[in-house]
Amino acid sequence: MLEVTALSKSFDGFKAVNNASLSVKDGEVVAVIGPNGAGKTTLFNLITGVIRPDGGKVVFRGKDITGLKPYQVCRRGISRSFQVVNVFPRLSVFENVQVSVLSRQKKTWNLFAPSSKFAVAETEKILENVGLTDVGDATSAALSHGERKVLEIAIALGGNPEFLILDEPTAGMSPEETSRCIDLIRQLKEKLGITILFCEHDMEIVFSISDRIMVMVHGSTVIQGTCNEVRCCQEVQDAYLGGSDVCLM
Amino acid sequence: MTGSFLRKRSLWVIATLVVLFLFPVFLDRFYVYLAAIILLTGLCATSLNFVLGYGGVYQFHHAVFYGAGAYGTALMILKTGLSPWLGFIVGPVVAAMLGFIIGLICVRLSKLYFGMLQISLGSLVWAIIYRWYSFTGGDDGIHGVPLPDIISSPNGGYYFTLIVTSISMFVLYRMIKSPFGSALQGIRDNPVRSEMIGVNVRLQQLLALTIAGFFGGVAGALFVVVDNTVFPDMMFWTVSLELVIMCLLGGWLSYLGPMVGAAIIVLLRTYISGITVYWALALGIIMMLVIFFLPNGVLGYLDRFLKKKARAR
Repeated sequence: MLEVTALSKSFDGFKAVNNASLSVKDGEVVAVIGPNGAGKTTLFNLITGVIRPDGGKVVFRGKDITGLKPYQVCRRGISRSFQVVNVFPRLSVFENVQVSVLSRQKKTWNLFAPSSKFAVAETEKILENVGLTDVGDATSAALSHGERKVLEIAIALGGNPEFLILDEPTAGMSPEETSRCIDLIRQLKEKLGITILFCEHDMEIVFSISDRIMVMVHGSTVIQGTCNEVRCCQEVQDAYLGGSDVCLM
Repeated sequence: MTGSFLRKRSLWVIATLVVLFLFPVFLDRFYVYLAAIILLTGLCATSLNFVLGYGGVYQFHHAVFYGAGAYGTALMILKTGLSPWLGFIVGPVVAAMLGFIIGLICVRLSKLYFGMLQISLGSLVWAIIYRWYSFTGGDDGIHGVPLPDIISSPNGGYYFTLIVTSISMFVLYRMIKSPFGSALQGIRDNPVRSEMIGVNVRLQQLLALTIAGFFGGVAGALFVVVDNTVFPDMMFWTVSLELVIMCLLGGWLSYLGPMVGAAIIVLLRTYISGITVYWALALGIIMMLVIFFLPNGVLGYLDRFLKKKARAR
């Protein structure tokens, strides 16, 4: 479904992403792991068009999407949530999701009919799926951190994506919030059939929900493989455990 | 939102309109004139707030479109033999086109850079109008624009202003509540995320700027009706600053905020100018007080006050 080959990006000579490759098949959940500063977020930014790569290719569903603008990438069916909460602070929770649905339905050029006539059922459905129905009328600034992270995902779902990129979805969540969030990700995969690419520091989550894992160090792909392949890969252990030969986890 | 609340709100709107319609019956000519100026200035500030408060675009030189609408209307009436009514359409269209062109140049820049470039381009337009004696009358402006009989009397002009302003305010309100408006407010809150959910941010903003220019132009055309003159200083940058202050003073996050701000500023200007020539000094002090004590403007303050009271009950 998504094929990333030899993607590179430098900032002032620092190679943030260097020759990274990644493949995601239809219906898979793929995790990207790596130490801080390995270039995971930059990789996501490159795929979604926030920044343009210096070299390499991103192919989605057989079509080259390298260097497209973010809104064009989104319209191809790729949605994304952010590591740092990135919502619409003055809009209500409902409106946050609604604007995303409206955008996908290409209603944003409709000037005269009231918004309240559009996208309501679908927005309510999404809020129900992620469990934010009760706080629909609150402004997003009034939510707890965990709820805001869920709202992040809900906004991304507004685009009815085939492919969802989650940048550390559980960062900063309490244990209960984390387990609810994991359930949500599982549901997205199983019930809605969404293909998911995510990055995460919590190895327990990574190994419990992903089909395959890609490991990044210093901007480059070390390995991409199943959980077991990754667990026993020598280079991964070097990167994480300083060369000890104990299997991860 | 409950039905009773909606009904209550439309009642308020109707009551206000009735009072405004009765103004000429019990007010002197001067106050009718003043009310018309407040209405059209308020419309101009509201059209600015469409992009400033709802779109998050730093439109620092909105008066250019106000002036363009006025000049477009006046010149159309004077220079062509066509019906004066046509002038009232041409003026706003000229302003909208100017809004589109300036927007096209500026929209790739963000925030303050947008504002700075816009001030320069707007000042350029002002300089052209100011210098082009043969066509625009230069710094003398144009006086005595011939108007259709029905709106040439003070009361006729007032009613025309009231009707056009009401319609424009209604249309702008509908646009803010439309999907377009939702997307626009999304862009204000978070342009990066808006782009990520598939909104073409620049194009959306460009259309908003064109619309804002159009209604700024409508306000300008109304000024021709009420005052019968146009002059280059209508589009001097200090006027734009006053418009921004109106939005902030009234409350740029509430729809009627700019209208309230316009009423306060126009009234204060009228009365303080009668006492002292240092009107700008008073304006500066007002601005400081607003920033310190009413960061959300008069209506923002009232809104919070009423909510607090409702909760206390």
